[in-house]
Amino acid sequence: MPGDFATEILGQSATKSSVEALRSELGLDKHPIPRYFEWLSNVFQGDFGSSFSGRSKVQGDQGDRSRLVVELIIPRLKNTLFLTGVSALVAIPLALLLGISAALYRNSVYDRSATGFSLVTVSSPEFFTGYIFILLLATLFPVFPTIANVNEDTSLIERFYLTALPVFTLTLVTMGHMMRMTRSAIINILSSEYIEMAKLSGATRYEVIVKHALPNAWAPIAQVITINLAYMLIGSVVVEFVFNYQGIGRLMVGSVYNRDIPVVQACALIFASTYVILNLLADLIGIISNPRLLYPK
Amino acid sequence: MTSNNKKELLLEMKNIHIDGFSDERWHKILKGVDLNLYRGEILGLIGESGAGKSTMGKAAMGYTQPGCKIIKGEIIFNGTDLAKLTEFEKRKIWGTKISYVAQSAAASFNPAHRLMDQTISAANRAKINPTDVLRKDAVQLYESLQLPDAENIGERYPHQVSGGQLQRIMTAMAMSPRPELIIFDEPTTALDVTTQVEVLSAMRSIVDKFNTAAIYITHDLAVVAQMADRIKVLRYGEEVEESQTREMLSNPKEEYTKSLWSVRSLIKPEETNDDYMLSIKNIDAAYGSSKVLHDVSVNIPRGKTVAIVGESGSGKSTTARVITGLLPQTKGEIIFDGKKLSPKLEQRSKEELRRIQIIFQMPDTAMNPKQTVDEIIGRPIEFYHGVKGKERETKVIELLKMIELDETFLDRLPSELSGGQKQRICIARALAANPDLIICDEVTSALDQIVQEGILKLLQKLQKDLGVTYIFITHDIATVKAISDEIVVMYQGKVVEQGLKSKILNPPHPDYTELLLSSVPEMDPDWLTNLLNKRSN
Repeated sequence: MPGDFATEILGQSATKSSVEALRSELGLDKHPIPRYFEWLSNVFQGDFGSSFSGRSKVQGDQGDRSRLVVELIIPRLKNTLFLTGVSALVAIPLALLLGISAALYRNSVYDRSATGFSLVTVSSPEFFTGYIFILLLATLFPVFPTIANVNEDTSLIERFYLTALPVFTLTLVTMGHMMRMTRSAIINILSSEYIEMAKLSGATRYEVIVKHALPNAWAPIAQVITINLAYMLIGSVVVEFVFNYQGIGRLMVGSVYNRDIPVVQACALIFASTYVILNLLADLIGIISNPRLLYPK
Repeated sequence: MTSNNKKELLLEMKNIHIDGFSDERWHKILKGVDLNLYRGEILGLIGESGAGKSTMGKAAMGYTQPGCKIIKGEIIFNGTDLAKLTEFEKRKIWGTKISYVAQSAAASFNPAHRLMDQTISAANRAKINPTDVLRKDAVQLYESLQLPDAENIGERYPHQVSGGQLQRIMTAMAMSPRPELIIFDEPTTALDVTTQVEVLSAMRSIVDKFNTAAIYITHDLAVVAQMADRIKVLRYGEEVEESQTREMLSNPKEEYTKSLWSVRSLIKPEETNDDYMLSIKNIDAAYGSSKVLHDVSVNIPRGKTVAIVGESGSGKSTTARVITGLLPQTKGEIIFDGKKLSPKLEQRSKEELRRIQIIFQMPDTAMNPKQTVDEIIGRPIEFYHGVKGKERETKVIELLKMIELDETFLDRLPSELSGGQKQRICIARALAANPDLIICDEVTSALDQIVQEGILKLLQKLQKDLGVTYIFITHDIATVKAISDEIVVMYQGKVVEQGLKSKILNPPHPDYTELLLSSVPEMDPDWLTNLLNKRSN
């Protein structure tokens, strides 16, 4: 990123000395590597620092109004978690249901149209899907609002109503991938000998899929679900922007504009740890669902 | 074996035609086969791979594999034509009236469920008895199948028990709903001979006990002789002949039936010498921390064939890996043609590598599927001898002739060859290096009897012409009799004994050799009974 917080805030007309003064106040004049380690050691002690914005020098002499990064992030993170949580609650069961039923009726018209449709939704970028929803459900048929403007006082029901379109968008974008993977994980297993054995012992089609194939498919399914959860959380950057939703993604984008490094770093840290934790979770599910790993010989 | 009321017909299959779809077209798998089975009777169905025996066995349940369909024919079971029933109606018969025992128990149990739940699942679904009654019955079945710890073995998962135990548990699973008919589809093919004996006797006694009718499918005539009252031979989807077991064995009518045990008639006079091509001395080897070879010493006389026999896990293939340098030994030394070989592959010279070649068990996976025969055989010629162009081509064709094929095969891909042809190409690839020693690792186990015979004859001819030395790794005693000069018996990573074929095969034996040799089924319907009597005394 060219420039830093001082040059971005003070603008082009700023004098050299005022830029220098701001830099030295923020510590931007120090070498980046010690700065990074200072930040890191503070993080380990739970101190994410304060945002660069809202400082007294910047806003004129109105007292120090800069806010702690944690204070800034927590409400936004809550909003994002709400959005991804609701989307996940819609997308995951729907994806499993569609994936399992597509496997059950493999090569039927239903299967073909479900997999075909999911390919389309996976291939469309979020902003495109989002605008299509706005066009259909907000402009042509004004059912939902285009702007998902929530604050701390918004009631739960209202939140659901306001976030409907972003939830639809995230659902559609991630569901296809999960559905296709569920379907192919199950179909892969359907060619195993123990499936033929189950059929020959009189198991119904439903039993074959749900009792015999699904328990062996959890590991790959968990893998794709967690990847998509992480994608939802991080991919919500775009969706939050399209629907002007006050989530962590918007905060991060805004902070990048301002070169508000402490906030950007904290957001990046959250996103990265999300990936790590979710992947760990997928591996754990893989172990728990596999007796071969759970019970020794 | 014994059944008095053979009067009542249980299953009658008439004029069965089944087509299968593969390679973009429909093939005929069964071309009008008839089959009758009486209550309490065991019918043996034998033939080579592709004969349609497995398809026939499944068709007896009214089931065809995906990609196959019944074109014509009636399958009358207890008065109902299964071919006319819907999936829904057939499911009520499957698993309860007719049950199925598959070849590979390890692959046929669901890895995610406990064995007990799988054993009683069919009976439970049909609500034959309350679950706790079924569980108790299953434990009794486990007991009568002589499974260890019958009380608790059902609480384990499939990966926690051995292959032979799994196969017996699958028999218990088939027996749990007390079916009228059981289809055994090559149930012992994947097992070691010593395990096979236990499983065969367990299956036979339980089928006897409940007087259940059975169809026993196998490619091994000696095995079927122990199980069946009557034998039907299939080939290319048609019946070759059918008769009572004893009559079939003493007096097979068709040439084809006689040829089914032809390998067993192949005999080689034994010879040996003290000029060792290869000696391995006091070898220890390990995979990671688990030690698999303990103080193994073997001598391989020049120009002769040494067979290494043993069950799976005896360390015979590991010995081959140590000799080739794929797995460096942790102790001991390998002397090849008077010189010490370094343990590691990377430290051996190209010349040393050239002189030792290996042929693998599965020709399918041992060849690059994207390379033509010309490339597969030509590569070692170029690599070891630096021969290129016209000269290389002449050499490849010469090798093809040596393995009784010709230049029309040059441009073919492995997928366009039969199993036996593939193995021949693998032999040619080994010969291309012009080696002194060839290690044959179970080279015939994936092949049908008749094809096996051809490969073994070819190997013998090549030895006579070229003087090459063989190490022949196998678990099949019939093959050992057919090809070896000397035999090495291995058990649990140790050498039990080494010596001339006649010495090893004739008593007195060490205990393990005795067990191994006595477990090899013989073409005598009383063999199993006699053996079990002898062992229980």
